[in-house]
Amino acid sequence: MVSFVMRGCESVKSYEALRTAPNPDHAVVRGPGEVEVRLQVNGESRTTNIEPRVSLLDALRDRLDLTGTKKGCNQGACGACTVWVDGRRVLACLTLAITCENREVTTIEGLSDGDTLHPMQQAFLDCDAFQCGYCTPGQILSAVALLTEGHAGDDTEIREWMSGNICRCAAYPHIRAAIRRVRDGGGGGDAAS
Amino acid sequence: MSPAIGGTLNRVDGRAKVRGDARYSAEVPLTGLVHAVLVNATVASGRITSIDTAEAERADGVLAVFTHRNLDPVASVPKLLPSLAGLAAPGQTFFPMQDDAVHYSGQPIAIVVADTVERADHAGTLIRVEYATTPAITLLDQARDEAYVPERIFGGLLPGHGSRGDVAKALAEAEVCVDATYRFAPNHHNPIEPSASTAVWEDVDRLTIYDSTQGPNATQFTVAALLGLPPISIRVVSHAVGGSFGSKAMIWHHPALAALAARQVGRPVRLALTREQMFTSCGHREEQEQRITIGAGADGRITALRHHKLSLTSRFDDWAEPSLQSPAVAYSSPHYEGTYHLIRGNTITPTFMRAPGEATGMFALECAMDELAERIGIDPLELRLRNYSETDPESGHPWSSTGLKECYQRASELFGWRDRESRPRREGQWLIGSGMASALYPVTQPVNPQRARARLYNDGTAVVEAGVSEFGTGVFTAMTQVAADALGLPVERVRFVGGSSDLPNVTAAVGSAGTSAVGSAVHIAATQLRDELIGRAVADAHSPLHGADPGAVAVQDGRMVLRDRPDVGETYADMMARTLTPDAEVLGTWTPPPQDAGYGVHTFGAQMAEVAVDADLGVVRVRRMVGVFAPGRVLNRKTAHSQLMGGMLWGLGQALMEATRMDPRSGRWANASLGDYLVAVNADAPDVVVDTIEVHDEVVNPLGMKGVGEIGVVGAAAAIANAVHHATGRRQYELPITLEKLL
Repeated sequence: MVSFVMRGCESVKSYEALRTAPNPDHAVVRGPGEVEVRLQVNGESRTTNIEPRVSLLDALRDRLDLTGTKKGCNQGACGACTVWVDGRRVLACLTLAITCENREVTTIEGLSDGDTLHPMQQAFLDCDAFQCGYCTPGQILSAVALLTEGHAGDDTEIREWMSGNICRCAAYPHIRAAIRRVRDGGGGGDAAS
Repeated sequence: MSPAIGGTLNRVDGRAKVRGDARYSAEVPLTGLVHAVLVNATVASGRITSIDTAEAERADGVLAVFTHRNLDPVASVPKLLPSLAGLAAPGQTFFPMQDDAVHYSGQPIAIVVADTVERADHAGTLIRVEYATTPAITLLDQARDEAYVPERIFGGLLPGHGSRGDVAKALAEAEVCVDATYRFAPNHHNPIEPSASTAVWEDVDRLTIYDSTQGPNATQFTVAALLGLPPISIRVVSHAVGGSFGSKAMIWHHPALAALAARQVGRPVRLALTREQMFTSCGHREEQEQRITIGAGADGRITALRHHKLSLTSRFDDWAEPSLQSPAVAYSSPHYEGTYHLIRGNTITPTFMRAPGEATGMFALECAMDELAERIGIDPLELRLRNYSETDPESGHPWSSTGLKECYQRASELFGWRDRESRPRREGQWLIGSGMASALYPVTQPVNPQRARARLYNDGTAVVEAGVSEFGTGVFTAMTQVAADALGLPVERVRFVGGSSDLPNVTAAVGSAGTSAVGSAVHIAATQLRDELIGRAVADAHSPLHGADPGAVAVQDGRMVLRDRPDVGETYADMMARTLTPDAEVLGTWTPPPQDAGYGVHTFGAQMAEVAVDADLGVVRVRRMVGVFAPGRVLNRKTAHSQLMGGMLWGLGQALMEATRMDPRSGRWANASLGDYLVAVNADAPDVVVDTIEVHDEVVNPLGMKGVGEIGVVGAAAAIANAVHHATGRRQYELPITLEKLL
């Protein structure tokens, strides 16, 4: 049986650092059975007993009842599970929950301010930037991150940096319109199209 | 109060969806829930000689492992009938796990139930299976000599062969002839939400299934037949469905398997398919080849059309998507012959996939038309106009409505078709070309009455219900608008509820007919309720409307008033308060007209596209697309245009990317993932111009709706392929047009 050797929240910065890491005997061995994992999700402290092999996606959906994060492929190909970890977008299906301890996880449920939608959520609604809505939480989290990353300068850039999130309903032109609107500080109303 | 119909109301379910609050079928929280995982056959043909589940049964967290040896058998498998009929609608007449036979790779052979999905997954890998394999057929090329002409296809609804006139003679006498064969790779729907069913038994005869389905009652009737239970024992709930495109139009094995497993383990069971399983569990657009022969005069007027299709179906069912239907009536052609040819192979039965048949059939026809235009040296659009048919060429009946010429005209203006040069442009390494195609999609009527319920409360708010599911069509929003207008209420005071088999029955939302079916029922229910309340007012001595002619009363903003004296009247709420009435309710029924009511019924449109092809690398980029459609009454311009736009981008995917590749050695799909089965992403999608021509239609249904779900796909791929030819001079006879075809 393979045992998981994890070093808690400390991420190893490079392959070189990994090679020169302290002897594994100094590391904390957790698993393979259920272990207590503490997560910070949307500003709240959440504790769950899970096997170390549980992905962040399944931990959110099946253990913490945060089903806004969607499972589209579970293979890192569709982007429906996009969340932020320490403010950066990651694919929750390819991230083990246990590696997120002491990191700040933000999901779609943490985006709006109470009943007031985040401007990007409002723009998606006004621009009809979705149809079935299943990829939408991931699209919105990517879209907001795009602005933070400085990747929304023009449509070419938006198209490229939003291409990790598949929308099978193909609302892409409206997704671009929503991002432009928030980027340009636009108010309410219908899509530009 | 301006009417809600035709406006741009935001999606009523949109707020929940952008907040992540909408619950899809695998997301309903349930006490005691356990997880089922399917194990699939890894060979395409043969028998299971041994299946060892001992290690899996001992694995942590496992509650049960089912195989054909210990799963309760199904009572019966109903006949394959498209879910538009409103009856049981299994995707195929084969139900797995009844014996040791393997008919296709990916067929379920075991179910593992465990306390977590990780443990179920892992236990599934511990099952040891041995097979005695037999040769499999998974490609057309492996069995061309076994092709046959089926008597009927499509669940028995369409004949395998049709003709008018004498096509052979007309072709022999034609001045110009185009004869081309087109090949199509199989396609998979790939909605982003994989199908999921959660089964909860509250008692031995009380089952609830949370199912991702296009028709909650289609799931109800199908599972009832499979389990041998009356429909009253089964409630199907579908709060939100994450896309379908036909993959959830028919009812496949997973809801019944979840129900059987849940009954045997005595716990609520969730069965969520994996992405890979989505390639072998809910049908696909079949591998096919179409040969089109057009005979025409030197002026381009078509005299004869022959259209043959060869496709791969399953061992169980004569399924072909009806590719010949729309091309047969697209243009005036006195002589016609169309025939389906099938080959039986080791596959799940193919199924509906968005624009089922039209996407491929109209591709073939519209590419052949482009070739004909080139042959006789006229503009492709002019060729279409010369062959425009004022009547349905098949029946000779007038169209219920068309708008096709207006679509051509409007698309030309929006695209700038007149400026199209006969020779392509070059911009550096990019060859620029443009192409066009006609779009046709049949208006299919449900065969049974459609129902909806409207209830008005004494505060002047209304709830309207019907058992339709919302999978991205915007139907909940459009129904809110239809009910608001019929009741004379602002949309904010109307709530539409759908997504459950307990609600008034409507057919599954398929064939671009969902909104028409439920919309007609909602319109009738809400109109009857309004008339009933007006009737009460004019009969009430205490009402300001007492004694008025009910026909002279209108409702504005919840207030019943005399049409010509709006100051005279009272609100619904005032009348109901005075008469101590808590609410009023009507069940409305719409009986669809027969399919053949003396009219040709089709939806029409025009597609145009501009492409840039890298002269050295063969890379195709679609620069812009214009689509103009005449779908009758448009209920919501925003959501309808979104659907049409999405359809056109589906056409882009069909043209350039989408192909499921069969590995004939293993009989398995070689690219069953979203990393390897390419669909359009944001970078592939150009800006799309969509417009609609509103045509008045009194034949199809009370509001004159013809549907927008699929016609956006039709013709889009042909417009792109024709643009590629315009740019490069190279005809495309195989989809998708991958870059090696242009090197």
